[in-house]
Amino acid sequence: MTQSVAMTINGRRREDHVEPRLLLVHYLREVAGLTGTHIACDTSQCGACTVLIDGEAVKSCSVFTVQADGRQVTTIEGLAEDGVLHPIQQAFWNEHGLQCGFCTPGFIMAAAYLLRQNPSPTDEEIERGLEGNLCRCTGYENIRKAVRSASQAMNRAGAEPTAQLVGSAAAPVED
Amino acid sequence: MITAPFEYARPRSVDEAQSLLNKYGSDAKVIAGGQSLIPLMRLRLSQPTALIDIQGIRGLNEVRRDNGSVEIGALVRHVDIQRNAMLRESLPILVEMSNDVGDNQVRNLGTIGGVIAHGDAAGDYNAVALMLDAEIITNKRRHQARDFYRDIFTTALEHDEVVTAVRFPVSTGRFAYTKFRRRLYDWAIAGVAVQETGSSWRVGYVNLATTPRRGSAVEAALAGGASAADAAAQSGSDIDPTSDVRATAEYKRHLTQVLTVRTLQKATMAA
Repeated sequence: MTQSVAMTINGRRREDHVEPRLLLVHYLREVAGLTGTHIACDTSQCGACTVLIDGEAVKSCSVFTVQADGRQVTTIEGLAEDGVLHPIQQAFWNEHGLQCGFCTPGFIMAAAYLLRQNPSPTDEEIERGLEGNLCRCTGYENIRKAVRSASQAMNRAGAEPTAQLVGSAAAPVED
Repeated sequence: MITAPFEYARPRSVDEAQSLLNKYGSDAKVIAGGQSLIPLMRLRLSQPTALIDIQGIRGLNEVRRDNGSVEIGALVRHVDIQRNAMLRESLPILVEMSNDVGDNQVRNLGTIGGVIAHGDAAGDYNAVALMLDAEIITNKRRHQARDFYRDIFTTALEHDEVVTAVRFPVSTGRFAYTKFRRRLYDWAIAGVAVQETGSSWRVGYVNLATTPRRGSAVEAALAGGASAADAAAQSGSDIDPTSDVRATAEYKRHLTQVLTVRTLQKATMAA
């Protein structure tokens, strides 16, 4: 038995009929064809499958597609605009914030959420903010550098995150 | 891994949720954030035949304070608790705990009602609900937390019962929580919560038995004027840990004693 769902992914609305047990990560990769969202641990620990729902980071391996019905989803493919990398993507490039690169989409989405909540995080806040993401290459030093550098670049540019990122994200954390 | 197939329904009211639970029978389950349930379903440790998704029900995500109590709606998420200024005033121990539940991604979905209904001894809030004599409000009745946690993952909830809110006494005294774990997003190997209420202390233990535990023996010793160390020596009779991949039962008993002292010291020094 299938269920109809409608959601906006990276600014594009789509409607599909899915089995209730279809996980959001499988929907994004296999139905919507967006394979930038990765599957790694498959047990909701590693964060490689992180996407934003209504501007908030979630692990798409632990959400059923039907639960995202009517919501706005942003994946790694939704960050670059007109072929220009998002400042966080650019910072990961510049700072070599990756080794094998498999965990990178998840880290970038988690960082996008973190910087939306806290545009100038301390190193400790970056570590806490990315606690739900694992890098098996242990490239954490450069990941932290990349997020710090993205934060500086975005603050310098006064750059608002992309329209999809803003979504209906909750207000930034107080104090 | 793919879960077993199930039917899915999204009621608009608590009454509708209850009738759906009755319609689908005892193998149906309520889902909210799904951050405990979905991983269990993926391991096929849980195979509900139907999921009743209560996330669309209005009015279950509010936080209210009245007459010395705070009532937290079942759909209030960890991230909402972290950001709630009123809770920071009225029930700061819960806010402190919420910062250490899972990670950002989990806190954006997981709810307090889910923690309560799941009844996991490792669910941090359950120990606070127990030690502060919270009330668990459902569509059918009000449960006292002390009668609610029955056994491992087993609560007093009936099959067609939906947790709608949790009511805590406003608790503004000194407090501390220690969550001992190897990695930030892990469950506690041992968790110790302490809260001063009036002139006495309440103590709660996370993941140190099949259910959350109250540190009754430790509380009694403290009330009798014992030092933190002497009181903590009583913790052995408050807990019943088992050995697992993380630690042996013996180690957890030792840890509990050490952490009880440290947590009491943290609470009294913070003031």
